[in-house]
Amino acid sequence: MAYETTSHRRREFLGVSFTALCGGALAINLVLIVALLVLIGWQGGRYFWQKDLLQVELADGRSILGEIHSRESVPATHTADGVPLERFQMRAGNRDLTGQDFLWIDERIVARISRPLDAVLLERLEWGNFYGRMVALQRGDEVLAATPEETWRRLAPMLERKESERAAIRSLERGAIGDVNSAIEKLRLAERRVELDDPPAAERERRLAEIRRRVGEREAEYEKLAAELFAKREALLAETLVVEASDGTRKELAVGAVVRALRPNEISALGKLGLYLGRILEFTTGDPRESNTEGGIFPAIFGTVMMVFLMSIAVVPFGVLAAVYLREYAKQGLLVRLVRIAVNNLAGVPSIVFGVFGLGFFVYSIGGTIDQLFYPEALPTPTYGTGGILWGALTLALLTVPVVIVAAEEGLASVPRIVREGSLALGATKFETTFQVVLPAAAPGVLTGLILAMARAAGEVAPLMIVGMVKLAPTLPVDGRFPFVHFERKFMHLGFHIYDVGFQSPNVDATKPLVFATALLLIVVVTAMNLVAITVRNRLRRRFAGSAV
Amino acid sequence: MTVEDPREAAALETQIPRPAAFSAGAAPEPERSGAGDPALNPAIENPVLDIRSLNLWYGEKQALYDISMKIAEKRITAYIGPSGCGKSTLLRCINRLNDLIDGVRTTGELRFEGRDVFDPTIEINALRKRIGMVFQKSNPFPKSIYENVAYGLRIQGIRRKSVLDEVVERSLRSAALWDEVRDRLHESALGMSGGQQQRLCIARAIAVEPEVILLDEPCSALDPIATAKIEELMEDLKKEFTLVIVTHNMQQASRVSDYTAFLYMGKMIEYGRTETLFVTPRKKQTEDYITGRFG
Repeated sequence: MAYETTSHRRREFLGVSFTALCGGALAINLVLIVALLVLIGWQGGRYFWQKDLLQVELADGRSILGEIHSRESVPATHTADGVPLERFQMRAGNRDLTGQDFLWIDERIVARISRPLDAVLLERLEWGNFYGRMVALQRGDEVLAATPEETWRRLAPMLERKESERAAIRSLERGAIGDVNSAIEKLRLAERRVELDDPPAAERERRLAEIRRRVGEREAEYEKLAAELFAKREALLAETLVVEASDGTRKELAVGAVVRALRPNEISALGKLGLYLGRILEFTTGDPRESNTEGGIFPAIFGTVMMVFLMSIAVVPFGVLAAVYLREYAKQGLLVRLVRIAVNNLAGVPSIVFGVFGLGFFVYSIGGTIDQLFYPEALPTPTYGTGGILWGALTLALLTVPVVIVAAEEGLASVPRIVREGSLALGATKFETTFQVVLPAAAPGVLTGLILAMARAAGEVAPLMIVGMVKLAPTLPVDGRFPFVHFERKFMHLGFHIYDVGFQSPNVDATKPLVFATALLLIVVVTAMNLVAITVRNRLRRRFAGSAV
Repeated sequence: MTVEDPREAAALETQIPRPAAFSAGAAPEPERSGAGDPALNPAIENPVLDIRSLNLWYGEKQALYDISMKIAEKRITAYIGPSGCGKSTLLRCINRLNDLIDGVRTTGELRFEGRDVFDPTIEINALRKRIGMVFQKSNPFPKSIYENVAYGLRIQGIRRKSVLDEVVERSLRSAALWDEVRDRLHESALGMSGGQQQRLCIARAIAVEPEVILLDEPCSALDPIATAKIEELMEDLKKEFTLVIVTHNMQQASRVSDYTAFLYMGKMIEYGRTETLFVTPRKKQTEDYITGRFG
């Protein structure tokens, strides 16, 4: 009997082409991810590299000193005169003089481009970069250096001294003065407390007198410190640097306000590499300046890591206990099935909804109650009744708890029944079996859940915007003042920082590279946290070799 | 074939093709374990366990029919029979491990030290401490070798290191494992070979000093050399403990056990001294099974 059969070769061909299709899909995904990382890495990394300073002289006699930022060709349809043109964007700095950092230059009007060796770049605390030449160095009316060369020579050691002076001022402000301020604030609250307590008149007078006496002491202390601070600030700004912009305008700058002075055209490649690394270090460890458009982003890194850490502390016990109940104790039936479906769907709720819930539940209800019970003297200023890092972490814990529950349940399910029976057969109770045998064996599964939860939490921005994340937090949530960890404080976050510098900044041209650099750092931070968790998981796996998860 | 889940084993019972001679109606012997039947009532001195008319159901399905037997102290008693005959189920009744399965129901008595283990007031954890168990597949906990053996003591609240050290060493020596693991007591138990893991499970069981040790096909996943070691070990262990072993392997039963019970389809067909049962079986079913005509 003859059958109609697909030929062997045709069937082989189908198999091979399907394999190629699958492989191709994977390859495209990988290429996209690699391309994304390369783009972010390149754009972010380029931000720290010092380019040469170019002196561009235009046909109309103007002269501009700066770095070439980007180039573009404008097609004929987009130009006024209908002729296509090439133009480049220069970062010319001197915002205090010209009002703008960046300008576009039509290549047709460029007369000459040179690379002057004595061109100076000054990174300043305010007003962004200065490009120009040095003229002199003065202290008051006394001239310390009159020639550019001498100024350049004397400036380097002076900048180092100014750096340490600034550090001293900062530590005075945050240390002693901060202590006195917080003590005065505490005394103010204590005074309010006395009013709230409403004790008998004699008692009240006694307590108020005591408080006033201590306020008096503190205020005297403050006066002294403030005088010291004032003197230090005076000293910081004592020396001035006379500089000249490329158009001949002269300006006097306080040396204390200059962070770094460079002659980029004189620096060797190796020197530029050192500068590059130094800037990366400054970026990752420094505080932001100029409404986040300059300086470092350390508070944002710290806030992100600490928030994720707090979230992990909250989410693991909750998720694991819920999973243990669902898998080990609850009678498997319709109700448990419904709960499981609900948990899984919880993971799909838009994150902003969690944010709104966190605001209503954690911030207003719980935080408000805490304030009334424990901080009534500070009201109406809220302490816990406003967004803070704890509420942010708890909101994200709610958001990620389904992931942990699902992963922990899978981990528990993968522990063979025979292992549980082995424990029970030794006379262990179900509780002992669950917590001493089953849960340790399921630990790698739990950590897988935590890794997924951390990755999700570190990238989440929307819900945090309404429960405690801010553009600029004046203090870190951890500092040297009792009780050292301040759960009620607002915090900065890399994800929000990207949005803020990229789209809310007055100087978008300058901050575009910062978006990439910050995104790169966010990826690095998330990867680092995941690597830590993965290492822990692998160690657990090795210890419990043979467990399946 | 090995069947881990007793419920599946019971379900399998119906799938096994029955030889014509064994169809329920055709069996000439009396169904019930009659008090006077010599095939079911060997002389047992010092019985530790006394099973009386035990019936067991998994839901609607009856898995054990009217089992009555006494188990001798410090002897090895073997349960043999084809897959799904109920021998593991019977074994798991002794330490009430069947409780973990939903829908299990029993009637009859199973007396251990004069008390019925099915008595609802009995302390089940204390019972299981007195009746240890070794499973078909080795099931070390995801802990170190030391912690595996010490586990039974730790859950009883024994924390003194000197006591634990001593018991761990003694148990591992009794399980003929000490010399192999003394240098790696704190390494994971899951890195050991299959035979070592099974001996570790024996060490773990004897660490809590039980009266009875139940062995549920302890060698079914082991190679012949590891099996020989465990059999040798059982010979030593019976000086101190009463052993009840379920086995698929008739040679093993004839080699190690003092008494053997043959079960078929939930009923005990014959029970007696091992030599007697294997050399001169009283029932034709037993003879057919041990001569390999089915099973």
